[in-house]
Amino acid sequence: MSEPTGTSGNGQQPTGGPQSSAERSGAAEREHRERGGQTAEPGEVEQIAGNGGTTPERGTRLAAPAGRARSGMFGVDDTGDTSGFGGLRLPAYIPAPAERPFGGWYDDFADDFAEALDERDIPRSAIQQVTIDRGEITFYVQRERIRDVCRTLRDEETLRFELCSSVSGVDYGEDVPQRLHVTYHLLSMTYRRRIRLEVAVDVDDPHVPSVVEVYPTADWQERETWDMFGVIFDDHPALTRILMPDDWDGHPQRKDYPLGGIPVEYKGAEIPPPDERRAYS
Amino acid sequence: MSTRDASAQRASAPGHDAYAPARETTEGTVFTVTGGDWDTLIDSEHDDRVVINMGPQHPSTHGVLRLVLELEGESVTQARSVIGYLHTGIEKNCEYRTWTQGVTFVTRADYLAPLFNEAAYCLGVERLLGIEAPRRAQVGRVLLMELNRIGSHLVCIATGGMELGALTGMTAGFREREEVLHLLEYLTGLRMNHAFVRPGGLAQDFPEDWKEKVTDFIKLMRKRLPDYDNLLTGQPIWKQRLQGVGYLPLDGCLALGATGPILRSAGLPWDLRKVEPYLGYEEYDFEVPTATEADCYARYVLRVAEMHESLKIVEQAVAKMEPGPVMVEDRKVAWPAQLSIGADGMGNTLEHVRKIMSQSMESLIHHFKLVTEGFRVPAGQVYSAVESPRGELGYHLVSDGGTRPVRVHLREPSFVNLQTMPAMCEGGMVADVIAAVASIDPVMGGVDR
Repeated sequence: MSEPTGTSGNGQQPTGGPQSSAERSGAAEREHRERGGQTAEPGEVEQIAGNGGTTPERGTRLAAPAGRARSGMFGVDDTGDTSGFGGLRLPAYIPAPAERPFGGWYDDFADDFAEALDERDIPRSAIQQVTIDRGEITFYVQRERIRDVCRTLRDEETLRFELCSSVSGVDYGEDVPQRLHVTYHLLSMTYRRRIRLEVAVDVDDPHVPSVVEVYPTADWQERETWDMFGVIFDDHPALTRILMPDDWDGHPQRKDYPLGGIPVEYKGAEIPPPDERRAYS
Repeated sequence: MSTRDASAQRASAPGHDAYAPARETTEGTVFTVTGGDWDTLIDSEHDDRVVINMGPQHPSTHGVLRLVLELEGESVTQARSVIGYLHTGIEKNCEYRTWTQGVTFVTRADYLAPLFNEAAYCLGVERLLGIEAPRRAQVGRVLLMELNRIGSHLVCIATGGMELGALTGMTAGFREREEVLHLLEYLTGLRMNHAFVRPGGLAQDFPEDWKEKVTDFIKLMRKRLPDYDNLLTGQPIWKQRLQGVGYLPLDGCLALGATGPILRSAGLPWDLRKVEPYLGYEEYDFEVPTATEADCYARYVLRVAEMHESLKIVEQAVAKMEPGPVMVEDRKVAWPAQLSIGADGMGNTLEHVRKIMSQSMESLIHHFKLVTEGFRVPAGQVYSAVESPRGELGYHLVSDGGTRPVRVHLREPSFVNLQTMPAMCEGGMVADVIAAVASIDPVMGGVDR
């Protein structure tokens, strides 16, 4: 119908299907795999998850990779933008596990945390990996344990995370195993510390226990994460859409959901999506 | 049974109310009132339980916020807010633009505090990049944010006053806010949605006589701000409408995640500028006003006090401002063609264009690549938070090493604080709902993003 304009694709191509900084064609992907690219296969991850020896004390296990392998620069074939990578292949981003000593307050904190988990009979394998990056500490938590871990962090005298700042989702892309991550940013006002908890789930089984009974503030934030990413928070008091209309199909912030491409509906009229409107070029 | 009889009677009666059509539901007859006389509808046969829908286009709901209130006479038994009417997909859009372009999106989220959005976002990007903005840019950001805080609090007081019927408060508040906007326009080029703070520093330096303008502004506000004490603070009607209304104690605040003036009105002096200083806030001398009443009046008083404190910070920022660059030296982040505005106030100066076009092809190419493609940000994630006028404004940024974000999440204080609305309103009167919502000060652009 029209020339692709701006970052929009053409008519057949949903606008911004795969994000271009991470896009690659099927052929490129096959090639990448053949060369032994570092994208973890689903089996690999299960194997990782089965190995149960990591604790806040020695956080040394690899979590699911949190990014995709990237390739391609000006051989862009679907969105006509210029932000690609010419022939450049980078391995998928995998956050490196932190090694003891962590430095700063992290060591004391990790000891207290491990002790508190023991006291509450939560196996230390609930913490799958510890990462410290750019001065922020992240705990990758088994999803079954997230509510218990949050309760421990809130109630234990040595931890005291009174405020749950933020709950949100991240989608790392279609070809990543356990692509949906739920991140919790907790704040301890007593000790002035911030930590991040992260739970990774598969898109086919996006269930995560709700933490609303521990942090009531997570109510709307979990609803938003459901709305935008389709993560189902079990035992949430009323998990309904919050920003999108109740009858909306799909979860807009997933990476396979296009930007634009949705006609705007009015009573008695319909405005086509931006990428299908008349182009003036 | 009786309701059905009544409605049948009413439907068959010649004087059937055209403004209140009835329909049968499993819960009994439901009237949808669109106008007309209330008395013709409410008779002794019905209880007074009424569900009303306030908004989303209602002048008292602070933007496109929809409140669903269940009333027992005049008192509210249940209150729920419905949001999403202003959802524009800012977070999703950011994923399709470069890190620099992201600034123009996030500045539109909380449109009353655009500079806080820009600064928090840029602080996050800078932490991902491992760079720090030069000193002049940091002081400039503080200056802009505190001016912005004054403007935002003025709107809160102005619209809050209007919603409660204090129309003079509204005209006064918007008059002063106009001064703030004029000044911001002079400093950044735009009244709102500035996109002036960029990853690595500021888009450009302030105009030459910025110091005089800011000093004049401080002088003017020193004179005008006490007017609010005369106009509202001691006014009996204002006090009666606000005192003891919208009560939310400290434990409720923490459970519901409320920050900013709501939290401080409950007695906790929690201000990120003090407890987690960023942009050199530890060098500034200012107080964190707190109260213990935890009601709407305390929040109003705190906002007025915070404006005075912001003015103090602006004054100190003016003194601290030293000559120097406003953008990092790193040419992989900063644009080589540093913008310098021409004599007409538009575009680059002719000399600059001549230099770029004829002498420095390399930097032209580099500029082109940086602007269209953007810079790469090392993979990882950060959470950067600043104290916005409404509380903790946090940005969760995730990068996969590319030129665009994988995820930009806004921890919007308006969104989180709005959850406290039922706790503040239920059990109170309808009129107090308005006061409570005004004291939460939700900005729907931020709530819905």
